[in-house]
Amino acid sequence: MSQKLLLSAKEINIILQRLACQLVENHKDFKNSALIGIQPRGSFLAQRLYHILDKDYGLNTLKVGKLDITFYRDDFRRGDKMLNANETEIDFIVENKNVVLIDDVLFTGRSIRSALTALQSFGRPSKIELLTLIDRRFSRHLPIQPDYNGRKVDAINDEHVKVCWKENDGEDAIYLMNN
Amino acid sequence: MKELSVSNLLGIKYLTTEDLHLIFETADQFKEVINRPIKKVPSLRDITIANLFFENSTRTRLSFELAEKRLSADVINFSASSSSVTKGETLVDTVNNILAMKVDMVVMRHPNPGAGVFLSKHIGASIINAGDGAHEHPTQALLDVYSIREKYGDVNGKKIVIIGDIMHSRVALSNIFALKKLGAKVKVCGPNSLIPKHIESLGVEVEHNLTAALEWCEIANMLRVQHERMEHSYFPSTREYVQQYGVNKALLDTLSKPITIMHPGPINRGVEITSDVADSEHSIILNQVENGVAIRMAVMYLLASKIKQYEN
Repeated sequence: MSQKLLLSAKEINIILQRLACQLVENHKDFKNSALIGIQPRGSFLAQRLYHILDKDYGLNTLKVGKLDITFYRDDFRRGDKMLNANETEIDFIVENKNVVLIDDVLFTGRSIRSALTALQSFGRPSKIELLTLIDRRFSRHLPIQPDYNGRKVDAINDEHVKVCWKENDGEDAIYLMNN
Repeated sequence: MKELSVSNLLGIKYLTTEDLHLIFETADQFKEVINRPIKKVPSLRDITIANLFFENSTRTRLSFELAEKRLSADVINFSASSSSVTKGETLVDTVNNILAMKVDMVVMRHPNPGAGVFLSKHIGASIINAGDGAHEHPTQALLDVYSIREKYGDVNGKKIVIIGDIMHSRVALSNIFALKKLGAKVKVCGPNSLIPKHIESLGVEVEHNLTAALEWCEIANMLRVQHERMEHSYFPSTREYVQQYGVNKALLDTLSKPITIMHPGPINRGVEITSDVADSEHSIILNQVENGVAIRMAVMYLLASKIKQYEN
C-alpha cells in the first residue's frame, strides 16, 4: 500500500478557517443553528470547527452534537464487515433548527443518506446542510452534494482518502492511499 | 470490527467475556435510541422473528416484542395454549412449520430445560432462549448485569447476593454465569431446601443467614418463590419463609450501608420483598425493565448481523 500526502497540517488549517468563515456568513450568530458530526470521523471535524468558531467569532454557546448512523446504514448484513455502533450525543432539540451535518470524506453519499434518516428520529429540522472536508467527485451513488466543501479530489476506485487528526492519529494530514 | 462468538443465544454459559462486553456496549447505543422522540431504527427491516412462548410470560414477551418492533423487524407471535401443540405436535414440527413461512430468528420460552439447545441441532434459524425451564434465562441475566454496570460503572469485584428460590430459578443460574465471567463475587442465600447441591462448584458461596448476606453485599437480587415448579413443599409455610427470607425496610435499616435492590419480576409483594423496599430509592427494578428492551435490541442486532442473506 502506498500513500501520497494530499493536504498538510497548514493547508488543512487554512481550509478549516475558510469553512468556519463560510458557516458564520450563512448562520450569523448560530442562534437557531447546530453542528452535528457524523460518527466516528466527522465528530473530530465538527469539534475543530467549533473551536475556531468559539475562539475567533466568540460563538461559545454554539450547539455541537455527534450522530451515529450504524443502525440506519443500508449495508447491514450485506458484507463480511460487522457494523459496530458508536456513541450518539445530541443534547439539544433538533426540531426547527438549521442543522449542519459534518463528515470528513464524501464518497458514495450513502452515509449521508443514512444520517438524514437518523436525524429525522430526533425531530424535524427546518433545514439540513452538508459540510465535508474532502469531496471525492465522480463517485456518488446518490444525488447528494455538499453545501460547504474543503477540497475536491479525483480518486480512482481502489484508492481511498485517509483523514488524520492530531487528537486521534497524532498528526493533522490527509493522505491518498493506494490499495 | 467485533462480533459475537455464537450465532444463537442459548445460555450465558456459551458466551465469552468479550461477548458480554460487546452486548453491553451495543446496548448503550440502543438505550440512547429508545430515549429519542422516534424510537425506531430500520436495521432489521428485512428480518422476520417468531416469538414462540410455550410457557406463560408477560414482561419478557412484551420486552422482546417491543425490541423487535423498535428494530423494524416483522414479528409473529405464538403461544402454546392456543396452538396445535395441544393437539400433539412435536416441538421440531411446530418450529419447522413456522420456519417454512420464512422466519429468520426464533425467540423461544419453553418449560423444558435444554429445549433451545435441542432445537438448535434441528433448525438453521438463529435461536434466542427466553427461558428454558429451570435452566437459563440469558437475556434476563444480561439486563441484570447491565443494570449493575450502569449504576456502578463496573461489575468486577462487586458483591452480589441472590436471595430466594435458587433451585427453581433460571434467572439465578444465568446471573451466576454472567457475574462470575465478569469477576463479581456472588453469594446465594435461601433455605437449605431451595439451594441446589454442589452449587459451590459454580464459584459461589452459600449463606443461610439473610442478615449476614445483606450486610456482606452491595447488591441484592431478590427472586420469586416459584410455586408452579414445586412438586412438593420446600418450606413449612409462606409465613415462615417471609419471616426468615423476606426483605423489609426495618431489616435494611439495621444494615451499616444502603444496598441496591433488584428483582427480575413478577414481584410477590409482601413475600420476598415488601412494597416499601420494592418502591424505595435504592430499588432499580424499573431500570431493569427499561434496560431489558435495550439489551434485547442489542442481542438481536448482533445475532442478525451474522445472518448473511446477501452474500455475493
